[in-house]
Amino acid sequence: MSPSAVETHNLTRRFGAVTAVDALTLRIEQGEVFGLLGPNGSGKTTTIRMLCGLLEPSQGSALVAGIDVAVAPEQVKQRIGYMAQKVGLYEDLTVGENLDFYAGIYGFRRATARLAEVVAFLELAERLGQLAGQLSGGWKQRLALACALIHRPALLFLDEPTAGVDPAARRRFWHTIHDLAHAGTTVLVTTHYMDEAEQCARLAMMSRGHLIALGTPAEVAAQVGGRTLEDAFVILQERDER
Amino acid sequence: MMPRFWPMFRKEFIQMRRDHLTFAMMIGIPVIQLLVFGYAIQTDVRNLPTVVLDESRTPESRDIIQAFQNTGNFRIVAHVDGRPAVDRAIARGEAQAAIVVPYEYPRDLVRGRTATLQIIVDASDPLASQSAIAAAVAVAHARDLLILTRAAGRANLPLEARVRPRYNPGLRSPNYIVPGLVGVILTMTMVLITAMAIVRERERGTLEQLIVTPITKTELMLGKITPYVGVGLLQMTAVLILGRFVFDVPLTGNILLLYGVTLIFIIASLAFGLFVSTLVRTQQQAMQASFGFMLPNILLSGFMFPRQAMPEVAQWLGLMVPLTYFLKVVRGILLKGVGLEALWREVLILAGFAVVLIVASVRRFHKTLD
Ligand SMILES: Nc1ncnc2c1ncn2[C@@H]1O[C@H](COP(=O)(O)OP(=O)(O)OP(=O)(O)O)[C@@H](O)[C@H]1O
Ligand SMILES: [Mg+2]
Repeated sequence: MSPSAVETHNLTRRFGAVTAVDALTLRIEQGEVFGLLGPNGSGKTTTIRMLCGLLEPSQGSALVAGIDVAVAPEQVKQRIGYMAQKVGLYEDLTVGENLDFYAGIYGFRRATARLAEVVAFLELAERLGQLAGQLSGGWKQRLALACALIHRPALLFLDEPTAGVDPAARRRFWHTIHDLAHAGTTVLVTTHYMDEAEQCARLAMMSRGHLIALGTPAEVAAQVGGRTLEDAFVILQERDER
Repeated sequence: MMPRFWPMFRKEFIQMRRDHLTFAMMIGIPVIQLLVFGYAIQTDVRNLPTVVLDESRTPESRDIIQAFQNTGNFRIVAHVDGRPAVDRAIARGEAQAAIVVPYEYPRDLVRGRTATLQIIVDASDPLASQSAIAAAVAVAHARDLLILTRAAGRANLPLEARVRPRYNPGLRSPNYIVPGLVGVILTMTMVLITAMAIVRERERGTLEQLIVTPITKTELMLGKITPYVGVGLLQMTAVLILGRFVFDVPLTGNILLLYGVTLIFIIASLAFGLFVSTLVRTQQQAMQASFGFMLPNILLSGFMFPRQAMPEVAQWLGLMVPLTYFLKVVRGILLKGVGLEALWREVLILAGFAVVLIVASVRRFHKTLD
């Protein structure tokens, strides 16, 4: 049996008196599209940041690609791609320069075959000379994903990648995500859109830092009597906050 | 060896060229400083515009007027007739000084009475008037001595103090100010630019994206600051060239040594900028911190006020700012033409600053978000 892509045990993060993530225990299998849902402030971003080695856990542990993040965060960073909730592109660089930069940081020479592959995969060829700051939301998202993909990461962490993007662009983006998953990449994605949640193989719902539901979209919906995922989301959250 | 340094360097270089704020700071700060202190340079009192009222019109009167002119403090702009014209010229600001040679002047000289001259000075600018007054008194004294010596039948003066201002014979303040300006400009721009460059990445969210890559702390920091080393060296070159051709400041010593020491100073300043970036959250805080660092540097280093004239506490505090040592080195090299044999202590201390600041900023900089 191959090891899980992500395995957390009692993962906890506190900011002063606030417990942003509270004893989170979950397992994400390889090649799975795993959705992380939850209202604002429920700890999704904090969870992803800990899995990426950007924040140290206050308690508990997390294995990412079999590596303990607290022990060897730099090794984890070799194997993951990350799209932050606030897209961190260099807006004063062109699309091509952003890609060149990340290719260089990941140890590729400029203008390698890999770069051409990523450009083709995300259909960025015609926009290489455009400043990243002048791209529309959907294209910014694609460029950010391209930058996160250059080094062929085994795991991809996407924090609200489609926030503020129009429906057509969102659909295209999800096609890309499924393509990646078929090719074996594990994808952890957060979202507030239920239609996107439906497309995940499995879901975790968070509220106030802890897990309130876990399973396939159908299993989660069944927990509240087989209604829609959106109903489940609202009902489970209200129960938790009571 | 640091494979990710070059992409970082290249990126930073492109951004530096495109970012208007950074570019404005790089060009603007030196220009403003040169203007501000160029103005200070103007207070170097030379050539006070002067009107002359020569009532006697004799060889003696012309001789003494020439003596005044020779001091360099008085530049004769007009000859006028009558006292009212003198007062008018000064009141209107056409002249800041007037030399009045009365009708009786040559006669009194010959007869051995006290011959009087009147020097009128517009004292609203104390600095300008003081040195004009001193010059006037000195001219009269010199004349007195000459006449007395002759009267005593001696061929030469009984006593003379030969004051030789070394290294800056013209006592010109540009020579003192401009080399110092190199240090002030570097301190200000290097600290500010690096602190801003990191904080900007944090504010824009690109730092989060960057530290999730396998780039090492060292590669990130070095790639970030190295382009600015070039900026610093260019700034110094520009100030020195301007100083040489606009303000006539000599470049006496070993220029290679100067560049070497400046490099150390630049590295120390950049490292401090990195350190500042780990302490602040916003670009505005970075700016405030950099200016907060500037102030003691300018005030205590001896850039504006001579350190010897400071209270002892201020002198002690001055020993803690790097600019103090850099000023000694720049002035030493440029004005005195001395080398390492005289300056090694300062150079060592500067290197010490650089090492300590680098260690401190590397320690404080983390590849995490908290
Ligand atoms: N750096 C920080 N310092 C202090 N508190 C923080 C920090 N980061 C997050 N928090 C707090 O932790 C909690 C969880 O935040 P987090 O950003 O993980 O939520 P989220 O689920 O991603 O929310 P959203 O849907 O709005 O993105 C919130 O209460 C937030 O205020
Ligand atoms: Mg979030």
